[in-house]
Amino acid sequence: MTGVLASLGALLPAPGELLGIVLLSLVVSGVAIVISMLVGVPVGIFLGLHRFPGRAFLVTLVNTGMGLPPVVVGLGVFLLLARSGPLGGLDLLYTPGAMVLAQVVIATPLVVGITLAAIQGLDERLHLQILSLGASRTQLYLKLVKEARLSLVAALAAGFGSIISEVGAVMMVGGNIRGQTRVMTTAIVLETRQGEFASAIVLGVVLLALALGINWLFTWVQQRKPA
Amino acid sequence: MSLVALRGVEVVRDGKTILSLDGLALREGELLALLGPTGAGKSTLLRVLHLLDRPAAGVIEWRGVPVAWPAPIDLRRRIAMAFQDPLLFSGTTLENVLYGLSVRGVPRGAAREKAEEALRLLRVDHLSHRRARTLSGGEAQRTALARALVLRPELLLLDEPFAALDAPIRRHLLEELTQVVKAHGITCVYVTHEQGEAFSVADRIAVLRRGQLLQAGAPEDVLLRPASRAVARFMQTGNVLAGVVSRRTEALSEVVVGERLLFSRTVLAKGTPVDACVRREEILVEPPAGGAPAPGLNRFPGAVESVVDHGATLHVRIDAGFPAGPLQALVTRRVAHDLALRPGHPVEATFSASSVHLIPREGSPDDDLS
Repeated sequence: MTGVLASLGALLPAPGELLGIVLLSLVVSGVAIVISMLVGVPVGIFLGLHRFPGRAFLVTLVNTGMGLPPVVVGLGVFLLLARSGPLGGLDLLYTPGAMVLAQVVIATPLVVGITLAAIQGLDERLHLQILSLGASRTQLYLKLVKEARLSLVAALAAGFGSIISEVGAVMMVGGNIRGQTRVMTTAIVLETRQGEFASAIVLGVVLLALALGINWLFTWVQQRKPA
Repeated sequence: MSLVALRGVEVVRDGKTILSLDGLALREGELLALLGPTGAGKSTLLRVLHLLDRPAAGVIEWRGVPVAWPAPIDLRRRIAMAFQDPLLFSGTTLENVLYGLSVRGVPRGAAREKAEEALRLLRVDHLSHRRARTLSGGEAQRTALARALVLRPELLLLDEPFAALDAPIRRHLLEELTQVVKAHGITCVYVTHEQGEAFSVADRIAVLRRGQLLQAGAPEDVLLRPASRAVARFMQTGNVLAGVVSRRTEALSEVVVGERLLFSRTVLAKGTPVDACVRREEILVEPPAGGAPAPGLNRFPGAVESVVDHGATLHVRIDAGFPAGPLQALVTRRVAHDLALRPGHPVEATFSASSVHLIPREGSPDDDLS
């Protein structure tokens, strides 16, 4: 048994490096999903509550955005951040910041779309009832978030799941630089290309275990009975 | 002074005017029942009264002062509303009742006291820690009312709050609600489809149709003295007969309806085209007696055309030679039994001149509530 563990250890990147990869994956995707929720939830609520000219077009954009191919997002963000691009001056390309930006672009439409569906799934008179009890516009939004929280946890889980497991965009804008922008998915790609299948499998198992753990946490929050 | 007054208010949606009111004023402390068919604009009117929808035209006055738009939240917080569905939030019964107080920034301790008092008032205090969405229909509606009443609103808007409940619970809750509203001097607008409910609680009744106010007045006026054929039909008058005033005296009008002559206590000028309204329950069905009726009494011989059983009462249609069709009368079971009413049976329909309300006719005689 000790021998097996020793062999397995030899297949992995150094513990410090592995920890760094895992942490960077979590930080990049964590920051991206927080930004996506902060932007996507209010936008989803607004689209769910209000009717205005051009709304149908916006909803179509959101729905299309929910299925955006990550490599296309990667290309778009790359062109945006490239030295000759409109945001080239920020010097973000091949940094975790660029990876966060790409993941925000991927996750936000998912969050908006699921929030929109959640708000539209509530009884349409509920917001009238909340306003009739004296809520301000902000208090209305907060109450609707509370009432739709189960669906919003689903938005969180779907958004986070889509970006923690995404590889195309972060590879293009992050560059998979060892110790700087290497995350679990890009590391798996690299190990596979180099024929280090065992190492890739171990990294894959770690990624799956993390995804499982985080989704278990989301599910627990979503399904627990309120006090 | 009125609590709220609407003047020339119009609400337009998708380019169509869905509410147009010349004037409607709510008196302090009154309970106004709002009646009207589906699509009449009742819920739209409640939203306007709640200052949630800005009218396309007109002025809303609160105690004589025009409301500025968007309506100040402090003003909006003097109004509360409850709907047909309780629309309870997730959380406990107590948390539901606390919500309106919490958005007003009432300190938690004081808010809790008020909420518990409101729950006691509506007799659901024993359920304060239950999940609100596990309550029965009646309990949920009581909670919804407690949630509105705890705010001590100056204006309470109720959009068919008991429509989904069984009749006995509905009656019981309505009685309790009326007592609470009256005891606290809350001005209340109560939307209902049930005319009986409206009459049992209302100080005044307003009838709305196609976004327009047809009549607002004391229940007896709306019932016995409808302002238009549409109101008469909506109030289930039963008999609305088109005729012309042929003669008037100081206390009576004589109205020609086809080949029949009616007496009415509504005095109108000779030659006025009118709709003569006679409520079904005002018509006495008797065996044929013959002879001339007493002065001012309407008596028409005829034959029973049909009898429809409604349980406690029976709906009798009597062919008495009126061009608009048979007269309609409501009789008790006992009368129907004693007279052995059946189709073809000869009877006399009798009603007093004071039972005949005349409406000067304008517009199409087919103007109806639909």
